[in-house]
Amino acid sequence: MMIKEARQLLDNKKISAKELAESCLKNIESKNKELNVFLEVYDDVLEQAKEAQKIIDKGETKELTGIPLAIKDNILIKGKRASAASRILENYTATYTATAAQKLAEQGAIFLGRTNMDEFAMGGSTENSAFGVTKNPHDISRVAGGSSGGSAAAVATDMALGALGSDTGGSVREPASFCGVVGLKPTYGSVSRYGLMAMGSSLDVIGPIAKTVGDAEIIFNAIKGKDRMDSTSIDLTPSPSPCQGEGNEERTKIGVPYHILEQDGISEEVRKNLIESVEKLKKLGFEIKDIKLPNIDKSLAVYYIVMPAEVSSNMARYDGIKYGLSAEGENLLDVYKKTRGQGFGREVRRRIILGTYVLSAGYYDAYYGKAMAARKIIKEEFNGAFKEIDAILTPTAPFPAWEIGEKKSPLENYMADIFTVTANIVGCPAISIPSGFSKIDGKDLPLSIQLMAPHMREDVLFEIGKRFLIENCKLKI
Amino acid sequence: MISKEEIKKLADLARIEIPDEEVESLRGEIDAILDYVGQVSAVAEGAGIPSPEQGEGQGGIFNIMREDANPTESQTYSKDLIAEFPQKENNYLKVKKIL
Repeated sequence: MMIKEARQLLDNKKISAKELAESCLKNIESKNKELNVFLEVYDDVLEQAKEAQKIIDKGETKELTGIPLAIKDNILIKGKRASAASRILENYTATYTATAAQKLAEQGAIFLGRTNMDEFAMGGSTENSAFGVTKNPHDISRVAGGSSGGSAAAVATDMALGALGSDTGGSVREPASFCGVVGLKPTYGSVSRYGLMAMGSSLDVIGPIAKTVGDAEIIFNAIKGKDRMDSTSIDLTPSPSPCQGEGNEERTKIGVPYHILEQDGISEEVRKNLIESVEKLKKLGFEIKDIKLPNIDKSLAVYYIVMPAEVSSNMARYDGIKYGLSAEGENLLDVYKKTRGQGFGREVRRRIILGTYVLSAGYYDAYYGKAMAARKIIKEEFNGAFKEIDAILTPTAPFPAWEIGEKKSPLENYMADIFTVTANIVGCPAISIPSGFSKIDGKDLPLSIQLMAPHMREDVLFEIGKRFLIENCKLKI
Repeated sequence: MISKEEIKKLADLARIEIPDEEVESLRGEIDAILDYVGQVSAVAEGAGIPSPEQGEGQGGIFNIMREDANPTESQTYSKDLIAEFPQKENNYLKVKKIL
């Protein structure tokens, strides 16, 4: 069910908040064991539903009152456990609530539970979770994507009507793509990071996952806004959308950097799907322009320097002293080393060590310095492109969901992020929208397109996305 | 090529105990990643480390200050925070001897 539908049913008293929550719990009950989507389902869901019903009965309904949502395990809710799918925080109880979660709670939204993810959001498949992989609802031998794999799978299977994920290099968009749902990575700073466990602080943003673009927009509108607890947060300054209003579509230009499809490692289905999606957008009245972004293919290299550098410093706080796992040791240094050695999984350890290397004296200029210079160049290329066009179109991922255990080396895994990291490097908003299926081994695996827009222009993404999905619906009928 | 000794040194700096058998695989993996990310130097050839753009606006770096006022009431968060201490004595965090 969609949030918009549920809102009407709740407001017209066709269903109660309790019934809606129970239908989600029923789906969790029947599917979670197999798919490993939720790490924990809260025991107060029906209690929350009761409170939401009171608000509805009083006629004080807001858009998300009584809507059951899933929350990624790295977003804090006071009094609830939050582990980031890591052994080091396995028994950690949050001592405060993230601003994004607080805003949802204030609307009377219902938190169903915390969803599985790659440990500390480091990965693209949830294979790095300390608590087992989340399976893809479309083919359980495959990954759900990541790092917000649990959140995407929860929405795809109607365990939740919507979900929060976090996106550092594609962690909302790629699992949304693999599970066939919509995922939005908002403009950097548009959603407060307060209470989101930090990974790459210049890249991280909380974003919604939902069934439709309209639903993602509802959640985004609920969580966005400047927050005194996050000094990098901003208020979006509304400006008229170029594609609002009937008959104006022809003025909306979508740029397609076709040259990125020439890279190695992109599946033939993904190429074909992008070309088909372009045709669909043309039919909808959008103007398509072939654009060149000469350094976009270097974004991944920039990302895998900047991100581990930030990871290595952000992860320093997990030392076994003030909270979380604390291993026995002979002295203080020994406690640190044992706690972090035992508490962090392999990928987290790998990124910390990589980050330590690129920041170390002697290598700093060659890696971090060069990456920062390249980041600036890529940003300028984007700013230049957005003078001519309203949005940039690419695939979300270079291939559909892979088989669990199929990717052996870290670098192979990193390649999945090739199209998504750029938006984080640049800080612009990006959305992943279902665009078809690829038939593999008799199973239909979802494919998606990604649209990027200038900073603070989520409205452009929503407008194009809504039109694109309606076209899909028409084709299906 | 990064050496096994360098990996051990980095793990030490990062305060992470790594089993010996993992050092070799880490060496290979990190080598491959460094080789890949090395292509950034081609993009930014000759470019120095960019100085932060000053002033408000896109990508600009500027200080955000607030008045040091309205502190929370003492003890507001203490109970919850103390409950998370791995080792405690009364209401104090207990740590190993430092000196």
